[in-house]
Amino acid sequence: MLAYILRSLTQATLVMLAVAFIAFSMFRYVGDPVASIVGQDATLKDRQELSESLGLNDPFPLQFARFLGNALQGDLGISYRQGRPVADLLIERLPATIELAVISAIVALGLGLILGIYAALNRKGVIANIVMSVSLIGVSLPTFLIGVGLIFLFSVYLRWLPSFGRGEVVAFGWWTTGLLTESGRKSLIMPVITLGFFQLTLIMRLVRAEMLEVMRTEYIKFARARGLSDGKVHYRHALRNAMVPVITITGLQLGSIIAFAIVTETVFNWPGLGALFVRSVEVVDIPVMAAYLMFVGLVFVVVNLIVDVLYFLVDPRLRGGITVPAR
Amino acid sequence: MSDPVISVRNLQVEFVTRRATLRAIDGVSFDIHKGEVLGVVGESGAGKSVTGAAIIGLIEPPGRISGGEILLNGRRIDNLPPEEMRKVRGRKVAMIFQDPLTSLNPLFRVGEQLVETIRTHLPMNERQARDRAVELLTEVGIPAPEKRIDGYPHEFSGGMRQRVVIALALCAEPDFIVADEPTTALDVSVQAQIISLIKKLGRERGMAVMLVTHDMGVIAETADRVAVMYAGRVAEIGPVRDVVQRPMHPYAKGLMGAIPTLEAATDRLVQIPGSMPRLSSIPRGCAFNPRCGEVFARCHVDQPLPLPVQGRQVACHLYENESIKTAEVAR
Repeated sequence: MLAYILRSLTQATLVMLAVAFIAFSMFRYVGDPVASIVGQDATLKDRQELSESLGLNDPFPLQFARFLGNALQGDLGISYRQGRPVADLLIERLPATIELAVISAIVALGLGLILGIYAALNRKGVIANIVMSVSLIGVSLPTFLIGVGLIFLFSVYLRWLPSFGRGEVVAFGWWTTGLLTESGRKSLIMPVITLGFFQLTLIMRLVRAEMLEVMRTEYIKFARARGLSDGKVHYRHALRNAMVPVITITGLQLGSIIAFAIVTETVFNWPGLGALFVRSVEVVDIPVMAAYLMFVGLVFVVVNLIVDVLYFLVDPRLRGGITVPAR
Repeated sequence: MSDPVISVRNLQVEFVTRRATLRAIDGVSFDIHKGEVLGVVGESGAGKSVTGAAIIGLIEPPGRISGGEILLNGRRIDNLPPEEMRKVRGRKVAMIFQDPLTSLNPLFRVGEQLVETIRTHLPMNERQARDRAVELLTEVGIPAPEKRIDGYPHEFSGGMRQRVVIALALCAEPDFIVADEPTTALDVSVQAQIISLIKKLGRERGMAVMLVTHDMGVIAETADRVAVMYAGRVAEIGPVRDVVQRPMHPYAKGLMGAIPTLEAATDRLVQIPGSMPRLSSIPRGCAFNPRCGEVFARCHVDQPLPLPVQGRQVACHLYENESIKTAEVAR
């Protein structure tokens, strides 16, 4: 167990190093930081002085090491445009994105599982077929279209829900939440649906397919032959086996919910990290872009670590070593 | 003789497909008594496994039992509501599947699967069920069962897994057990062990066993009686010695002739020409008529019914006269 986690951790560290390296390369190859900071009428001497004071004349490995050291201490540089530490900007925006992503993920996972199992167990049922047809829409419609459609229906036509922003938020230290106010909750509904709908349908279809696959196996037949109840056969034996591939895909999808909430945040003008990133790209704010890149990398690495550990808990075959000596 | 544990009477199983309704089992009848092993042989698709599945009520749609009846200790079980049948399954009738590598759920400990099955059928608490599970594992010959009970299926070898499967089938002391090619997926050396284990358990516990197999050697060694199936019908059924050594039905003759023996070294084995008909194109009359060497006009018209001949039942028009003679002698 320990060796397995250590191996996963080592892999995670290597991936993060590679991501950091790419992020760092952006400084060098995407635009010129000096040009971005100084005005147009700066002299060549001003530029050289600035370049020297920023450490841009040092050898590449040294600069990278410094960048890594700073990043580990939470110093991600200063935004070119806003002149504030990037770390502060991220932390300010983080709660909005996390809240949106986590709620979407819970909804997608919860409903996806329930509907997927239902659709698998009642394969020929009318409701299951309706659910499957609707899910086809979810899989094929682009996110922004769903968002725009929802805004049209609920904000413009019915006027039930706000079309942008987070509503009123309550702050706990650096964390802010919209869950405690009515306007905050109302504001969450449409972004959550928009962000989660694709994931929900994907998880649902995956769970259904895996369940059907598992239901055909010999051990399910044998479980029935032993006289186990349908409940036990379905929810204990079949579901647990169906979960193994579902965990992989779901893990990756949840990572992408957090990392790529960009489209949803843009459509709903949600004050999260995605919106911050889009703005930074527009103005070539490289420190923010680099930090965002590393943040996305970190999210994926952490999610994958969790998935690895979950695998380990669900599937005894991965635990390698034999629990009792073989014959 | 005592009443049979399992009595199958004129069983018919159909599979409804979009194009046609296919009859996989067409009028199969046999009895199995306490402590008796009935071997069931035949080519793939002859309906051996379907018959077993029908008895334990596990025919999956689009298949269904469309006629006949199945009696367990004199009580009909083929028309029980699903929940009632579930209680019979595993409790009174059990089944062992072909491939021990895939019949155990890989994510659960062997002990969990045993305890779960025991507690489904018997009023026991966790502790008692676990003790019983250890007993069962001991009985099927798993060494160090107190330890192995906490192992996962992938930690067992193929033969050991099949022993676990057998232990699972025995959890509630069933009266009848279907063993569907229990040794096909195993090494030859392990096959013999598993077969003798099944035989021993059947005898000791007075279980009726239906042993489905391709392997005539296994049948000859294990079974008391044997049923030869062809295209969903029983061609011949009788004591194993008679049927194996002096088969009467032309198909049974062909099947036995195709077994290589050490004594009679011939260059070529006898082959039955052609192959078994598809369910959608079973010929009129006797299903075996296109391949039979002794075919005559009537075989194309009438479906032969099982006739009692010399202590067995043969479904062949050739034995019509002999059957009458047998009946006269009996009178």
